[in-house]
Amino acid sequence: MSALADAAEGDALEPRTATITRADLVRYAGASGDLNPIHWNERVATEVGLPGVIAHGMFTMALAARYVADLAGDPTAVVTFSTRFTRPVVVPDDEAGATVELGGKVTGVADDGTRTVSVTATHGGKGVLGKAVATVRVG
Amino acid sequence: MPLDASFVGRTWPAETYEVALEKIREFATAVGADDPVHHDRDSARAAGHPDVVAPTTFAVVFTWPATKRVVDDPALGLDFSRVIHRDQAVELHRPLHAGDVVTTVVAVDDVRELAGNDVVTFRCDVTDADGEAVLTTTATLVGRAGGDDA
Repeated sequence: MSALADAAEGDALEPRTATITRADLVRYAGASGDLNPIHWNERVATEVGLPGVIAHGMFTMALAARYVADLAGDPTAVVTFSTRFTRPVVVPDDEAGATVELGGKVTGVADDGTRTVSVTATHGGKGVLGKAVATVRVG
Repeated sequence: MPLDASFVGRTWPAETYEVALEKIREFATAVGADDPVHHDRDSARAAGHPDVVAPTTFAVVFTWPATKRVVDDPALGLDFSRVIHRDQAVELHRPLHAGDVVTTVVAVDDVRELAGNDVVTFRCDVTDADGEAVLTTTATLVGRAGGDDA
């Protein structure tokens, strides 16, 4: 049984801290094909008015989806994931990178056991994903 | 400048993408998905999959270029240099795996103006070689108003 298969409606899921470094962004840019320079080039990022290089929203979403899949104990358990990108994650040019706090709460359990999970992701105390919801097939 | 609302409901010619084992490995590594079913064929098969399985958001690898082609259509009038990715959703009808040859059809679901900004919702319907639905992605992009340079 996984953490999510045991979870009832209203249960909070064990939080996780994810770290995002510039190297992670370069690796994700290559893997995803999203080469937008605001995700790796400080000069371009600041020229367009950003405080610095920011993480791809889709990268943060991928980390959040993996977090939920890990709690489900099955990499294919997440069957839907939807989110709004509410704030950028600014990734500094250092070894420590940026941290994103991931959390979740079970908001529904269907007859077949499918869990609906409300997912939170915060950076510097502020939400970076909004209305993030995953549907997770368990068991 | 309002976008062309007649784009709603329009679709673009399908694009085909062949899902490869090494690309799944590369993407899984990039997002820290270290479960062996993303990396090792034998592990994936032992778990009941025909081949290594793509992580949840892998489809962006081919749905984003397909969407970008529409975004860049000058007739739509979206200034990509000022675009913000506001919302994203993915719905998987089955796991995507290496060896899948998938076809993506992009449609414009919605075009509206919000506080002077252009808001466009794109849907990608992805089917396999047998024509069966594999997944659907939805992306809402906002073209920020104001300014006329990049």
